[in-house]
Amino acid sequence: MVIEKPGLETVWQWLSAVPDPEIPVISLTDLGIIRDVQWQGDTLEVTVTPTYSGCPATSIINLDIETALRGHGIENLTLKRQLSPAWTSDWLTQSGKAKLEEYGIAPPQPAGGPKHCPRCKSTAVERISQFGSTPCKAQWRCQDCLEPFDYFKCI
Amino acid sequence: MNTPLFEFLCRMGDNTLVLGHRVSEWCGVAPVLEEDIALANTALDLIGQTQLWLGMAGEVEGKGRDADKLAFHRDVWDFRNALLCEQPNGDFGQTMMRQFLFDTWHLIMLKALADSSNDQIAAIAEKSVKEVTYHQERSADTVIGLGDGTEESHMRMQRALDKLWPFVGELFIGDDVDDAMVEQGIAPDPAALRTRFDNQLDAALAEATLTKPADDFAHKGGKTGARHTEHLGHMLTQMQWLQRAYPDASW
Repeated sequence: MVIEKPGLETVWQWLSAVPDPEIPVISLTDLGIIRDVQWQGDTLEVTVTPTYSGCPATSIINLDIETALRGHGIENLTLKRQLSPAWTSDWLTQSGKAKLEEYGIAPPQPAGGPKHCPRCKSTAVERISQFGSTPCKAQWRCQDCLEPFDYFKCI
Repeated sequence: MNTPLFEFLCRMGDNTLVLGHRVSEWCGVAPVLEEDIALANTALDLIGQTQLWLGMAGEVEGKGRDADKLAFHRDVWDFRNALLCEQPNGDFGQTMMRQFLFDTWHLIMLKALADSSNDQIAAIAEKSVKEVTYHQERSADTVIGLGDGTEESHMRMQRALDKLWPFVGELFIGDDVDDAMVEQGIAPDPAALRTRFDNQLDAALAEATLTKPADDFAHKGGKTGARHTEHLGHMLTQMQWLQRAYPDASW
C-alpha cells in the first residue's frame, strides 16, 4: 500500500478551518500561532507557539489540531512547541482582525489602544483595565454608546 | 549536590510559582471586579512561566521530575524563591506593593536573561518579558494611585513599603550559584541590576509621595532555601494539599 502524503498547502487549508477555542470566530491560522508545517519522512510535524505562557487554551488548541489532522487521515503526527520568536499580535492576519471587529472585539493597534468602538465606531473610548476575560484581552468602554467591549491586546 | 543551573532554574520558577499562588488567593475576593480579573490574569501568567522554568529544571536535573513533581512534591527547605514572594497578601495595598517591588526586579532580570548564552533560557525570558511588562505597568500605576491618593490609602501604602522593604535586598545579593551563572554567561550578576531598579523605584515612589526606608537591612535565606519565613510552610499546606492527600492524583 502506498501512503499518500497530502501537500503542505492542503494541510495549511485544513488548519485554517480549525477555530480558536476561546474566540471561535477566528481560526488558528488567523491567530498566527502555527509557525511551520513540515514532513519529516512519514511524520507530519506542526510547530505551534503559545500566545501567553499560562493560557489554558494552549492544550485545547493542541488537541484540536491533532483531532482535525487525524480526521483527515494523518496518522503520524508530532506537535512541536516553539517559544522563540515569541508570539506577537502582529501575526494576526488581516482577515482575522476584520473578523474580530465584526464579532465585537476591537483588534490590536500599534498605538496600544482600540481605534474605535467595535459597535458604534465612536473614537471616544476609555480603558477600564489592561486585563480582561482571557489573557489576550483588555477591557475598554465606549463613551458614546456606553457599552463596555473587549480589546485584543497588542503584545 | 545539585548543579548551579538546576538551582538557578528553581529560583526563577519558585519565584513565579510562590508569588503566582499568593496572587491567586485573591480570586473571587478582590475589592472590585476589574482588579479581581487583573490579579487572576497575573497569577495565570506567573504560573504559566513556572511551567517553563520548572519544566526546564526537571530536564536539566534528568531524574524524571517534571514541573508538577517539583511544585507539589518538594517541602519548604527545597524551595528557592526569594522571601519577598512568600510574604502574605495583607490588604490589597500590601499585595500591590509586593507586586510592584517584584515586577520591577523581574522585568529588569528577564530583559537581561533574554541575552542569555543558554538559548532555552533566552526564549523563556523573551516570552515572559511581554507578559511582565503588563504586570509592571499595572502595579506601578496602582502604587502611584494609592500612594498619592487619600490619607488612608497613602498611610496603608507607606506601611506596606516599610513592612516589605527588608525583603527587597535579597534579590540583589549574589552567591556561588550566581557566580557560576555569570561565568557561563547564563545570567547577570544580581548586584548589577540594583542601579536600574533603584532608579525606577525612586521615580515611582516620588510620584506616589512615598518614602523609601533609610535602613537597607535585608533578610536572606529564601533563594538558598536556608531560612524561609514561617509563611511559606503554611502556604504549601494549602497549595500541595491535594497531592499530599492523594499522591500522583491527576485529572
